[in-house]
Amino acid sequence: MVALVLVGHSPELLRGLRAMLAQAAPAVRIGVAGGTDLGALGTSAPMILIAMRAVLAEAPDGVIVMLDLGSAALALEMALDDLAPADRERVRVSRGAIVEGAVRAAVEAAGGGSLTAVLAASEMPPGRAKLPDDWPADGAAPG
Amino acid sequence: MSGALIVGWLRLAVARIVAERAHLTELDAAIGDGDHGINLHRGFGALEARLAAGDVAIDEPGPLLVLAGRTITGTVGGASGALYGRALLRAGAAVEAWPRGSVVTSALVAAALRAAVDGVAALGRSRPGEKTMLDALLPAVVALEGAGAAGVDLAGALLRAADAAEAGARGTRPLLATKGRASYLGERSIGHLDPGAVSSALLLRALADVAASGA
Repeated sequence: MVALVLVGHSPELLRGLRAMLAQAAPAVRIGVAGGTDLGALGTSAPMILIAMRAVLAEAPDGVIVMLDLGSAALALEMALDDLAPADRERVRVSRGAIVEGAVRAAVEAAGGGSLTAVLAASEMPPGRAKLPDDWPADGAAPG
Repeated sequence: MSGALIVGWLRLAVARIVAERAHLTELDAAIGDGDHGINLHRGFGALEARLAAGDVAIDEPGPLLVLAGRTITGTVGGASGALYGRALLRAGAAVEAWPRGSVVTSALVAAALRAAVDGVAALGRSRPGEKTMLDALLPAVVALEGAGAAGVDLAGALLRAADAAEAGARGTRPLLATKGRASYLGERSIGHLDPGAVSSALLLRALADVAASGA
């Protein structure tokens, strides 16, 4: 089964997201790298590396990494530098929004989706299906 | 470059960052998210603690730089953590590749700084003129390489590099930010110094000062 690694600036945000995922897809393994090594807001390449290695060791089908914003992508790239090539081949990084994307990805992974399928699920446009189709395009309250 | 120079540099860098913490944060508040001084202080403070704990032999410049890079990438937090971490790790790798017992010339140090700066440019997908730390770092490398080629001693070459970095940092004021958080401001980023360029110049000035003191 494909697993997920969540990378973001806030440990609290990712703890909450992990709890949502555990409810939506309890069988899917979720790794988390949130905040710096000292628990401050930010991202940490060493923490991302540890999370990816731990999850990859238990997920032969591979890992989808979900990012929040800004420096998360830079820190991830630093961590990928230190990952063994055989492990790196089993990692895909999503361009999806972290909350919606991770939930969709976890559900797809729980259903046995391939690495490619889980990545595609994670990248569906974030606006899709969040509001009813008849909601005004400018975001104003309907009616 | 001796281990003593690197340890002296990292310790002086911490002191300078503490002294400039409010200024760096104020610069960042103008065009970023207002945490540059706080983040660097946290990261370099963690590095000072690791040096004090004796996590690495202080007479080995390469491993010291690698330790510094790993600590900074794990503790600074923002883009500057990843970028400074990448710079220190690349410099450490370059220094570790020196043959044992090399005479440390300005040309060798210039090559290490070049590796560091190339690492920053590649990770940040950035070029000079985009109002980033590269606007301080790249002129410093060019000055250091020129001094190295002219046979200037290490302390003199690092002085020129620090001068070039400070001039480069001052030169970011009229630039339009196209990278990082400051780019969200568009034209409103014009008229402010780039905090990353200012902290880069601060770090190079600390290195020059330590070299001048004969470490």
